[in-house]
Amino acid sequence: MGRIDTIFNELRSANRRALMPFVCAGHPRLDALPDVLLALQDSGASIVEIGIPFSDPIADGPVIAAAMHGAIHAGCTPALVLDQIASIRDRLRIGLVGMVSISIMQRLAAGSSPALVLARFRDAGFDGFIFPDLPLEESEGWRSAAAETGTTCSLLIAPTTPPERAARIAQASTGFLYLLARSGITGERSEMPDLSGRIAELRRASNLPIAVGFGIATPDHVRHVVQTADAAIVGSALVRRLSAVPPDRSPAQVAGEFCRELSAGLA
Amino acid sequence: MTTMHTGTKPVEPRLSEVPTPEGRFGKFGGQYVPETLMAALAQLEEVYESVRQDRNFWDELRALFATLVGRPTPLYKASRLTAHAAELSRRSGNGGQAATIWLKREDLAHTGAHKINNTLGQGLLTKRMGKKRIIAETGAGQHGVASATAAAHLGLECDVYMGSEDVRRQRLNVIRMRMLGARVIEVDSGSRTLKDATNEAMRDWMGSVERTHYIIGSVVGPHPFPMIVRDFQSIIGTEAKAQSLRHMGRLPDSIVACVGGGSNAAGIFYPFVDDAKVQLIGVEAGGRSREPGQHAATLSFGSPGVLHGTLSYVLQDPNGQTADVHSCSAGLDYPGVGPEHSYWKDSGRVTYTATSDEQALDAFTLLAQTEGIIPALETSHAVSEAVRLASTMKSEQNVLLCCSGRGDKDVEEASRLLALRNPRH
Ligand SMILES: Cc1ncc(COP(=O)(O)O)c(C=O)c1O
Repeated sequence: MGRIDTIFNELRSANRRALMPFVCAGHPRLDALPDVLLALQDSGASIVEIGIPFSDPIADGPVIAAAMHGAIHAGCTPALVLDQIASIRDRLRIGLVGMVSISIMQRLAAGSSPALVLARFRDAGFDGFIFPDLPLEESEGWRSAAAETGTTCSLLIAPTTPPERAARIAQASTGFLYLLARSGITGERSEMPDLSGRIAELRRASNLPIAVGFGIATPDHVRHVVQTADAAIVGSALVRRLSAVPPDRSPAQVAGEFCRELSAGLA
Repeated sequence: MTTMHTGTKPVEPRLSEVPTPEGRFGKFGGQYVPETLMAALAQLEEVYESVRQDRNFWDELRALFATLVGRPTPLYKASRLTAHAAELSRRSGNGGQAATIWLKREDLAHTGAHKINNTLGQGLLTKRMGKKRIIAETGAGQHGVASATAAAHLGLECDVYMGSEDVRRQRLNVIRMRMLGARVIEVDSGSRTLKDATNEAMRDWMGSVERTHYIIGSVVGPHPFPMIVRDFQSIIGTEAKAQSLRHMGRLPDSIVACVGGGSNAAGIFYPFVDDAKVQLIGVEAGGRSREPGQHAATLSFGSPGVLHGTLSYVLQDPNGQTADVHSCSAGLDYPGVGPEHSYWKDSGRVTYTATSDEQALDAFTLLAQTEGIIPALETSHAVSEAVRLASTMKSEQNVLLCCSGRGDKDVEEASRLLALRNPRH
């Protein structure tokens, strides 16, 4: 059993929920990632989603897009991220899921293969993947590569996804289901929509844990989401704080504090 | 259904029989978009499938083409341009003969370019889907103006995304869009050009998809856009084919069109792809040089990858980041290209070449001063190649040039560029 499954099984038997922060590799500094991951681990995160910066992230709002552009400008590459993860993996118990545009994956797989690319990520310490721009219809090759390499592949389910299709996506996913709380791009919102109907429907289609993301920004949002879902994903709210780290603090401190604040919503 | 028996040889599918139901042109195409957009793409496919058989839809579009756009656009015999090609031929030792150059006058279409063929078609689809708002991306501003025009005619709300660099260099079209009642939203991210405007339009659509249709301006994006835009633009080639038979007495020997995303080229090529004797040439933006970042010649120098929802040739670095591009022409300044062009390139059916900024500027002036037609800077790239090609051919041959748009929008930018080159100009 892979690390993602183990983590959710343990949480389930303890009747607990998961916090899944998202960070952009190479942001706010090229070398920030290892310490940020350690801080998140110490502050209540179970799994961290690591965004590999992409020049044209069409699913992302201004906060994450700017973080990605900054990271690329600073010289962040997939190879560098893999080195950083490998250098710290033995000090991390948390799960690591790569959030990678299929544009990048296709390029890395040119002249190689999806399975070889995913194996490189796995060998560095990644446990699973989210490809935000890879819908079910195009996913076959990447899903079988994930299965082959023992990594998970969570396809996205959107508010606009019809129920029958949502069930098929749920059945094709491994590790956990990724449910988008709303249409539109990543970014913070003030209100959380009611997802209980959609979640009940997904529970009937799949036994996998359900993670909810897009727009979650406060401990209250986290509390609301984990009443019905198994995990809350927090992206832009954390990335925004990391974009404005005061001079007397480190990115790791800022990430740790915010994560601890959010994890109050799990109780 | 009857089966064709051709002995032991299997019947090869014709090159025009694409895409597959999954939206594939050979290995290219597909739908690489966030799940949020999949329902909208499915709806678009369904509506398009239903209108394909619907006489009323095509009658309505044909009537608009005739009365609002001014179709059919003429086929024009460019005699003085041809004479110039013959002069080139004499100087380069080709005996002073040249093929006759004919212009398919999309520059005379209402709003000044071929883009209106697509926006009226997709505007009617928007109505069928019951959506009240359209969004569009634009580089040269021609697609933005054509979208704003369709929106005004059909009573739709219209927002156009445009990179701030393009807002500067295509100022006249910004004014036109606003006069037509559209909102122009300046995009200040990335390279501030067409790619970035497309990103923003897609982001808008992710959040507005239930009441908004995104009218993509070229044969790019996820399926079914490349097919739908090609089909609406095919009116160019369908008319040109009939006009060629009438005026040349046969099909042209070569067809030349500029390629940004590839819609005017796909529109004129598509009705000819199964006519193997007709040579098809797509002309990309060669910019300043072949160095990365200095051109926008995607098919000439790129490799297969994913951009804006489709697998096609793309200009990317080894890590998958989209490369910077440059062209003097805002409409060609794009690091991707339609998947059908990638298919045509790999199958060898279409040849793709690149014309530099300098050559395009020369051709801009040349067409203006030999024929009294000021072409768009995009179109000028194809003009340059058509003249060069004609000068290598025989006098009884014919070159059909897609004159995709007129250059009114470019007069400020072109005179600035010409003055930089020749301060006395
Ligand atoms: C006159 C003209 N020609 C060509 C183009 C390039 O687009 P495409 O390659 O889709 O025809 C544009 C785009 O703005 C244009 O305005």
